[in-house]
Amino acid sequence: MSWIFAHIDAFRDSMRRLLQQPFATVLNVAVFGIALALPCGFYIGLENVARFSRQLTSEPQLSLFLTVNADAGDVKAIEERLTRHAAVAEFRFVDRSTALEDLKRASGMSDVLSELQSNPLPHAFVVAGRSADPDLLEGLRDEASQWPSVEHVQLDSEWARKLDAALRIGRLLVTLLGVLLAFALVAVTFNTIRLQILTRRDEIEVSKLIGATNHFIRRPFLYLGGLQGLLGGVAAWLIVAIAVRMLNRELASFGGLFGLSPSLGHMTLQQIGVLLALAALLGWLGAWMSVSRHLWRMEPR
Amino acid sequence: MITVSHVSKRYPGGYEALRNVSAQVEPGEMVFVTGHSGAGKSTLLKLVGGIERPTGGSVVINGKNITSMGRASLPFLRRNFGFIFQDHKLLFDRSVYANAALPLIISGFPRREIPRRVRAALDKVGLLDREKARPVTLSGGEQQRLCIARAIVNRPAILLADEPTGNLDAAYATEIIAMFKAFNQVGVTVVIATHDTALIRGLGARTVRLDHGAIAA
Repeated sequence: MSWIFAHIDAFRDSMRRLLQQPFATVLNVAVFGIALALPCGFYIGLENVARFSRQLTSEPQLSLFLTVNADAGDVKAIEERLTRHAAVAEFRFVDRSTALEDLKRASGMSDVLSELQSNPLPHAFVVAGRSADPDLLEGLRDEASQWPSVEHVQLDSEWARKLDAALRIGRLLVTLLGVLLAFALVAVTFNTIRLQILTRRDEIEVSKLIGATNHFIRRPFLYLGGLQGLLGGVAAWLIVAIAVRMLNRELASFGGLFGLSPSLGHMTLQQIGVLLALAALLGWLGAWMSVSRHLWRMEPR
Repeated sequence: MITVSHVSKRYPGGYEALRNVSAQVEPGEMVFVTGHSGAGKSTLLKLVGGIERPTGGSVVINGKNITSMGRASLPFLRRNFGFIFQDHKLLFDRSVYANAALPLIISGFPRREIPRRVRAALDKVGLLDREKARPVTLSGGEQQRLCIARAIVNRPAILLADEPTGNLDAAYATEIIAMFKAFNQVGVTVVIATHDTALIRGLGARTVRLDHGAIAA
C-alpha cells in the first residue's frame, strides 16, 4: 500500500510546486501549448485538405473500353473477372447503344451522329477501386489491359496522384516540425527541472543521506515534468480548437459567396488522446533526463 | 556489529583522509572517535554509514560487507542508521514535525503510525511543543535535538553522530551526551565523533583516537 501513498505524495508535491509559481507555470505551459499546437494545427489542416479532395473526386474510377466487335459473351467474361477481382469495389456496365443515346442527348450532335452507318462506341465498364491508393489503381489498370477483348483502360487518377504527392510532402514537413519541436520541449523541461533540482538541492541531499532511493527522489520531478507536459497538451488542444472554430466562421462567409459550405473538422477524440499522452511523455522524458543527470552527480564516490 | 578493517580513503586530488584504519564496535556499545579536526573522524563515520565509499579495505555491518554493495542497496543500508550531522542538515522550508517525519516517509512507513512515532521522537528530545515551529526559529541546541529526533524516529540499531556538541555551550553539550547515553542504555549502539575530550572524560566509554588519518596508539 505504501507505494500508492508515495505516488500520491509525489503527485501532490508536484501539483503544489506548479501552483506555487503560477507565473512560471503559465509560461512553461504556454511554451508547450504553442509548440505542440503548430504541428497539430498543420496536421489537422492537411487532414482537412485530404478529406476535401476525397469529397471532390468522386470515388477513384477506371474506365474499361472493350473492342468494338466484342459480343455479349466477352462482356460476360469481363463481368466475371471484375466480380472476382479483389481491388474492385463495384462496377457498372455501359452498353454501347445506351452510350450512343446518352451522347446524342448530351452533346446536342444528334444530327451528326444519326448520319453514322454504325455505332462507333464500344461497350464499357465504369469500375470503382476499393481504395484511392494509386498503386492499387494502376495495378488494376495494367492488369485489365491484358484481358481479352479489352481495348483500352483509362485511369483518371492523375491529379489525385499529384495532390497525394503534395500531401505527402506536407505530412513530411509536419513530421519534421513535430520532431524538432518535441526535442525543444524535452530541452525546455530539462532546464525547468534542473532549476527545480537546484532550488531543492538540500532536500535531495538530506533525503539521500537518510536512505531515500533514487526512485523516491526522482518521482516528484517526473510527476512535475509529466504534469507540465500534460497541461501544455491541453493548452495545445485549446489553441487548435479555437483556431479551427475561428477559421470555420470565416470559411462559412467566404464559402457562402460560392454557394458552398466548407468547414474544417476538429481533432478527433483519438487525436486528442494521442496529443495529451505525447505531451505528458515529452515532459516526463525531459524531467527524467534532467534528474538522472543531476542525481548521478550526487552519488557517493 | 561494525567491523572496519584496513580502511583507507583518498579523495580525488590526492588528499588521504584515512590510512589503514581498523576498528570494531560491539552491539550495544558506546564508542567515541576522537582526534584533532581533520584527523578523519567524519570520514570514518561516513564510510561506516555508507555515505562515502573507502578506496581500500572493508567495512562490515552486521556481517554484511558494505564496501562491495551495489549503489541500489546503499539507501536501504542507510536506513539502518540514525545519522546526526555536524551541520544538522535540517530542511528550513518545513516544520519541525515534517523534518522529523522525513525518514519515515522515505522508508514507506505505514501512514497512520507516522504521527505517533514522530511525536514520540520529538518528546524524547524535548521538542514536542515546538512541532509546528520552523527550524530557523530554534536555537542551536534545539536544532541539534531536532537532528537527533530525526535520527531516532526510525528506531535504528546504530546511531552515528558527527560532532553533535560542536557549537554548543558546555551545559547543552552535557545534556546532549546524556541523551545519547540514555539511548545506549536501551540497547542502541552509539558511535560519536568529537574533538571535545573534556566532555567524555568520566563517562567510561571506549575511545578510538585518530591522528592524521590513522589510529593513534
